[in-house]
Amino acid sequence: MAELKQTQQRQWGMVIDLDKCTGCQACVVACQSENNIPINEEAHYNQRRAIQWIRVERYWEGEFPDIKARFMPVLCQHCDNAPCEPVCPVYATYHNTEGLNVQVYNRCVGTRFCANNCPYHARFFNFWEPAWPNSLKNQLNPDVTVRSRGIMEKCTFCVQRIARVKRKAKNEGETVNDGDRALSPACVNACPTETLFFGDFKDPNSTVAKMKDKETHGGRGYHLLEEIGTDTNVVYLKKVDKHAEAKEEVHA
Amino acid sequence: MQEHVQLNSKEVNDILLKDVLGMPKWWLPAVLFFLVVFLAGGAAFGYMLNKGVGVTGLNRPVMWGFFMVNFVFWIGISHAGIMISAILRLTQAEWRRPLTRAAEVLTVFSLTSALMAAPLVHVGRPWRAALWVFPYDFERGVWPNVRSAFVWDPSAVMTYLTASTLFVIIALLPDLAIIRDRTTGTAHKVYSLLCLGWRGTPRQWKLQAVAGILLSALVLPVFVSVHSIVSWDFAVQVGVEGWHSTIFAPYFIIGAIHSGVSAVATVMVLMVWLYKWQKILTPDHLDAIGRLLIIVATIWFFAFFLEWVFALYTLEDPELALRELQVFKHPWMALFIVFLITAYFFPVPMWMFKKVRRNMFWMFVTTISVNIGMWLERFLIIVLGLARRQAFTFDWGTYHPSMIEILMVIATFAWVMFGMLVFAKVFPLIPLFDIKEGMVGGPHKIKIGRKEIPASIHE
Repeated sequence: MAELKQTQQRQWGMVIDLDKCTGCQACVVACQSENNIPINEEAHYNQRRAIQWIRVERYWEGEFPDIKARFMPVLCQHCDNAPCEPVCPVYATYHNTEGLNVQVYNRCVGTRFCANNCPYHARFFNFWEPAWPNSLKNQLNPDVTVRSRGIMEKCTFCVQRIARVKRKAKNEGETVNDGDRALSPACVNACPTETLFFGDFKDPNSTVAKMKDKETHGGRGYHLLEEIGTDTNVVYLKKVDKHAEAKEEVHA
Repeated sequence: MQEHVQLNSKEVNDILLKDVLGMPKWWLPAVLFFLVVFLAGGAAFGYMLNKGVGVTGLNRPVMWGFFMVNFVFWIGISHAGIMISAILRLTQAEWRRPLTRAAEVLTVFSLTSALMAAPLVHVGRPWRAALWVFPYDFERGVWPNVRSAFVWDPSAVMTYLTASTLFVIIALLPDLAIIRDRTTGTAHKVYSLLCLGWRGTPRQWKLQAVAGILLSALVLPVFVSVHSIVSWDFAVQVGVEGWHSTIFAPYFIIGAIHSGVSAVATVMVLMVWLYKWQKILTPDHLDAIGRLLIIVATIWFFAFFLEWVFALYTLEDPELALRELQVFKHPWMALFIVFLITAYFFPVPMWMFKKVRRNMFWMFVTTISVNIGMWLERFLIIVLGLARRQAFTFDWGTYHPSMIEILMVIATFAWVMFGMLVFAKVFPLIPLFDIKEGMVGGPHKIKIGRKEIPASIHE
């Protein structure tokens, strides 16, 4: 994996600033409609079979009345050292040359080995054939495969958008502009508070590379479950807590 | 206590071929019953194929359930064959003789059961499973991922299946020739074909003996590899903390022998009850199996204990959460207690008594109990390993198997019973030639200290 990382052209990744997240779930809805994810009804949640490529985890901190809600959007971390990849017997999931952990739906036989091995629980299995109400059938995105039952799926960083921008750039003889809104996944574009940033970690001038560089060296940046060595491509920036900082200063 | 009856060759033939050449009254109803149960499981599978994996009780954290438990269970049972016919053959334990074929046949049918349980019914798109189990998909140029434990799995299981089938066939040849000589008409023609021209010449006997010994030696690595690989389906996963343990391979192997040898004892008692072979399968044999089981069970329990020690040593949250779920949470706690009692604390103290070891009924009860416990053990490891409290999700699952899953699990048991019964009708379930070879070999018992133990001889 390390050699691949050095030779590859791009390294798509995301920075999530938890200080800005309000838990509004706009990213979840945007993802749902962009990627042809079936509507999650109450029954799906009761069966624990809901599919959400990005989800907002909610944590409560403190005791009433001094209680705080913390939000954390969790999606596929596109690990460079992904635990899901080596366990797939048919190469349905592999790492592409742009640092994306991609899922090939046609190859998948549905062993669910990858889902067990994902420490972030970012992989979802299609237990049923997906169904939409008639009124929503024209809403399906033609650029995204509708997955049949019996296969795994997960966040792709909206690979169809990346492909579209690259195709357009190639046809018009331009280079892919990192700040291009059309390049960003649906969740990033939908976020009203600019919590999510998307870009190329390989390009030193990109927003995400600069943020990662600044924040991971003594700043607020961290990776989820860094200790198991998955080497993820999503950087989280921890919440700035004025009250806690003030308390610490008093103690100091 | 002289229970050993000396038989001559003709008596051995008569006793063992009685139900091959004739048909016991209960045979047809029993076989039909198991066939119907198996077909009911097949129908359940058809329903699942039509509707999707949604008809099972699986959910997002618990992605593997009854099918995987059943797969590991049947692979475990299949270790009976290799233990009895390879290990005991190479260590020249005399008492194995009447048990070898039953153990090998049990192995073959439980392996097919395991193959049905995992790659076939367990995956989301079973019609594509062939691309992975028989990985020769030249057209797409996509080769299977050899890093995946699920590619090691079919290779190991297929190797084992091939070896055990060969074992059964080679040991069958002389017996088939005897049946050939005792039948007429179509049956005679079929058995003539099956026995591959066996005439009992010295050269044929030599080749047959060499093939048997070679196969037992060559199959020894499989003895270690099959269940190690099955355990690596779990142990290589960093994402499931409860499974990610180095003790898993030896722990699973010894557990497999524990349940496999117990299953052989169960089958042996059934053979005595159904086919009245008490002159051949004597309490001596049960006694020997009982002694072996005490040791195997205790090593298994030690490995089980070590797994807990390794898990708790680090005091990491996910591990503690899993152990808490296994031992203190309501429905699982009951299963855990039942598992401990049935797998170890009931049978092993029972086997300490010579009277129990030599009693058909009590050996039947204790060995069935072991396999109930071992099934629960796999359930507690696999399902609870996934259902534990975990990071970054509130989907801390629970798991309710659906009727479809339960039916398919029962069907695999019916399949093995069906297979064994049909085999016992067409071929002798106890090797005739092996029994006779044992009779001419030498003393049946030797004295070691104050104990009389079944003798070993050189082949």
